[in-house]
Amino acid sequence: MLEATDPAPLTAADDPAACVSDSPLCFQRVTLGFGPRILLDAISFTLRPGETRILLGLAGMGKSTLLKLANGLIRPDSGEIFLFGQPIASMPEPALLDLRRRTGMVFQESALFDSLTVRDNVGWQLIERGVSSETIDRRVHRALSFVDLDNAFSLYPPSLSGGMRRRVSIARAIIDKPDLILYDSPTGGLDPVTSHTINELVVKERDAYKTPAILVTHRLQDAFTMVTHRFDSQTNAMVPLPKGSFDPLTSFMVLHEGHLLFDGSTDELLSSKDPFLKDFLA
Amino acid sequence: MPRVLLTENFDKTVRRWLMTVQDYALFCAQTLANVFRAPHYWPDIFTQSDLIGVGSVPIVVLTGFFTGGVLALQSAASLAQFGAQAYTGRFVSLSMIRELAPVLTGLMVSGRNASGMASELGSMVVTEQIDAMRALGTDPMKKLVTPRMISTVVVLFLLTVVADTLGTAGGASVAVFISHLDGAQYFSSAYQALVFSDIIQGLTKPLVFGFIIATIGCYKGMRTTGGTQGVGRSTTQAVVISSVLIIFSDFLISRVMLWLFPPL
Repeated sequence: MLEATDPAPLTAADDPAACVSDSPLCFQRVTLGFGPRILLDAISFTLRPGETRILLGLAGMGKSTLLKLANGLIRPDSGEIFLFGQPIASMPEPALLDLRRRTGMVFQESALFDSLTVRDNVGWQLIERGVSSETIDRRVHRALSFVDLDNAFSLYPPSLSGGMRRRVSIARAIIDKPDLILYDSPTGGLDPVTSHTINELVVKERDAYKTPAILVTHRLQDAFTMVTHRFDSQTNAMVPLPKGSFDPLTSFMVLHEGHLLFDGSTDELLSSKDPFLKDFLA
Repeated sequence: MPRVLLTENFDKTVRRWLMTVQDYALFCAQTLANVFRAPHYWPDIFTQSDLIGVGSVPIVVLTGFFTGGVLALQSAASLAQFGAQAYTGRFVSLSMIRELAPVLTGLMVSGRNASGMASELGSMVVTEQIDAMRALGTDPMKKLVTPRMISTVVVLFLLTVVADTLGTAGGASVAVFISHLDGAQYFSSAYQALVFSDIIQGLTKPLVFGFIIATIGCYKGMRTTGGTQGVGRSTTQAVVISSVLIIFSDFLISRVMLWLFPPL
């Protein structure tokens, strides 16, 4: 566990050897600022295979920016980011495009292509690769079934509700079986019932495919739903874990004022003595 | 003290302006380089050609026809004072083919399409669709910008030929039906006045104008910031900048052409 009193503490992730092994994503003292403001200051962490990290923090603390840094949509001012073992901080865009094809990203506002049908949105990567129409249709149907939205195949995004758009976005992110998924506030702005459905899908993806993931949220309730539930494939529903136990492969990070204030397990988070964390969790 | 502030502001403005010019130059270089790099999005090129080309035909036809008409009307009246009405066809065809058809077609297409490109791409930027495209492993420059550039260059060339034809026809209509000139004489004068350099000049310009329209429209769209208000700002700037650059480059091309092909 890390509880930062020093603004830029050294962690195990600062060791380059720890980064480039089999971790799908590793940040090494990544710093990014906009003008005079330092948004992220020397952020270091390592995501292990099969692990899901929940990134918590107040609004405007740079959570979404950190996700965009993770697949090279934004470049850091300093530090290094290893995506699937390859340094991407100064990697040319064409090489980055190849790496990004191995990741799936769910955007905060879904970011669906509104002039294309759900079929073309979800099957985008397959269309780009020149896969046959029959295969695309079959795989899009399978991805949409996963998010329980098979009947939206021919619809256009503007005709979908916020929750449906978020589910289509998840289907688009998982259709090509990514090696890493980045969720940017997948339940943001949704009602509790739809949020529950989205949480269930995230847990289903985590438990069914064991895909490493980073999930950004500022909703503690969603975060604790993730660690206290598992997906039951027999009932095809999310069920609670025994009382007091947490999913061992899901852990937390907390961003605060540019620093990674916390990086550890659920138990460690709950027993933290840090005044901000105690206040945040209250 | 105010003088220091003024100098600082001037310095910042010039620096920002130079950075923008550099960024635009790199944007254009990348757009051109992508023409020779796979993947090539042929369906997008054809779709854009249809949207830009076929969609612009009515305004180009009307603009070309009436510009030719008004040229014939004005020139016939002036030439009549010198007993030179027979030269109306020559005047109309030279003016249309060398200058007015390419410039007016460029301005019309700029008003219609540079704004469309800026607003479409700008909306995609502010709704994170461009980021989503990059996150899915697609290069937006190759997918969105290069097809628009190729389409605009090709269709503006063809639209200029349409405007040349319709302008000459519009002049003929006015010359025959209003100024009561001989139609055969009009066309003979129009045809004989044209030399190789006129055609080259008239058909080189739309290639440059098409490139300006597409790259400015796409550049302003792709660099949109500030939400929906920013989209509106980009749209307006795209039309203004591309229109000014069309007029400016028209002057430069004309100067170069006159140097390359001096009048006999």
